[in-house]
Amino acid sequence: MKSRGLEHIVRRSPTLTEFFLTVAGLSTFSLAFFRSVFVPPYEFGEIKKHMDELGFKTLPIVTVTGFIIGLVLAMQSQPVLVRFGAESFLPAMVSLSVVRELGPVLTAIIFAGRVSSGIGAELGSMRVTEQIDAMEVSAVNPFKFLVVTRILACTLILPILTAYVIFLALIGGYLAMLLFQDMNFQYYINSVFRALEFTDYVPGIAKTFFFGFIVGAVGSYKGYTASNGTVGVGKASTSSVVASSLLILLVDMVLVKVTLWLWA
Amino acid sequence: MAMGIIEIKDVSKSFDDFVVLDQVSLDIVEGDNLVIFGRSGTGKSVLLKCIVGLMQPDEGDIIIEGKNILSLSEYELNELRKEIGFLFQGSALYDSMSVKENLEFPLIRNFKFTQQERDEKIINALRKVSLEDAINKMPAELSGGMKKRIGLARTIITEPRIILYDEPTTGLDPITTKEISQLIVDLQKDLKVTAVVVTHDLICAKIVADHAVVLRDGKIRFQGNLNELSSSEDKFLKNFFSTDFVEVNNGNNYG
Repeated sequence: MKSRGLEHIVRRSPTLTEFFLTVAGLSTFSLAFFRSVFVPPYEFGEIKKHMDELGFKTLPIVTVTGFIIGLVLAMQSQPVLVRFGAESFLPAMVSLSVVRELGPVLTAIIFAGRVSSGIGAELGSMRVTEQIDAMEVSAVNPFKFLVVTRILACTLILPILTAYVIFLALIGGYLAMLLFQDMNFQYYINSVFRALEFTDYVPGIAKTFFFGFIVGAVGSYKGYTASNGTVGVGKASTSSVVASSLLILLVDMVLVKVTLWLWA
Repeated sequence: MAMGIIEIKDVSKSFDDFVVLDQVSLDIVEGDNLVIFGRSGTGKSVLLKCIVGLMQPDEGDIIIEGKNILSLSEYELNELRKEIGFLFQGSALYDSMSVKENLEFPLIRNFKFTQQERDEKIINALRKVSLEDAINKMPAELSGGMKKRIGLARTIITEPRIILYDEPTTGLDPITTKEISQLIVDLQKDLKVTAVVVTHDLICAKIVADHAVVLRDGKIRFQGNLNELSSSEDKFLKNFFSTDFVEVNNGNNYG
């Protein structure tokens, strides 16, 4: 009875059906990635090309974002900490927030918006104009050439971008502090690194590998399976951003729990 | 006696409840230029995609050079595909690559040529389609006819034994249509390829076809040469061909 009720709900809700279909399709797609990734040819040139493109494409926006995150976080937190007489903890608070959570997640969300949609649109366009079929007919595995290289590039470039954003956020935080008090840069840096431990750096950066994989996999999946001409390409592009952003937040929730369980 | 290089045996293909191909059987002889006619949606392109393994038929067998493509491994299918060229309806040029990179793509990945050998092959292929000057252009800078020619150059650069053409002249003006069609004939003579051409275009068919097949409702309605087709008393075939044949016969020297 219960299962019939669930079936009824799923059948009556196209959005829910689509969600489950996406999850199933994405799982199969990810499995295909892991089956292909260790099989030659490795296409290192393509991976490097995509890393360059994706990194450069995202660099301006993450530069601005990284700087503003640190600046705003310090400006917002300072009055609260003053109220509790804990102003000296401001560098520690900024660094912990940025390294553990804000840096990785916000960089990933921005990366998803910029890159996942681009991959979805590019591969979707290649699908509907038969370029992917042409590649297959040329005896080249399009999944390996187009998808595996993009997913790997995203997985490898996002941690680098995140480290860059964290660095800029810490600079932004220092500049905000200069607005309130005269603080020596050496003292600020010392306070930042005193507050941070191994268990803060590693999970913060490690989870960006997962986020990068999500961005590449979702964008590629949506684009690679696009249909219905230009409408399908548009849908692939927008749904890539929505699905990858949502998945990043969900996976972050799980990874935070796992991290706490491992290092608590 | 010429042997059947492509044998299609009782192939059926449906999309949901819509039957596109229904027990289609066809033997294509080596060195032949076969034209497949039919109204839109009758499964002509689907048949081509089944031949090259882009689609799987629901039933039946497709045997190319003695190998049943439905039972080949991915590696074996790719090896066979090196013998087959496919010209797509929209040319399907890789739009992120220049003309040179488009032509170089299959050579780099499937063959062990030196850069000099690759460059020679690219120039030769472009010379065959009279577009040597377009070597550094991007696909977006090319006209529809030029895209078809570059697509053709990319198809022949690997010197395939079989070439499948999916509506090679659709959307082109009559003069370019004749040029592309003549190019297909010339290539067949030069390279001794077997060609399967899907088209609605009777100008192209008149120039290219050794034999013709007409598909209707998923079945082969006619098989023979163009003269037999044009003189057929079948009402469908008459309706399909009559007006165009008058225009073609009155207007060109290719008959």
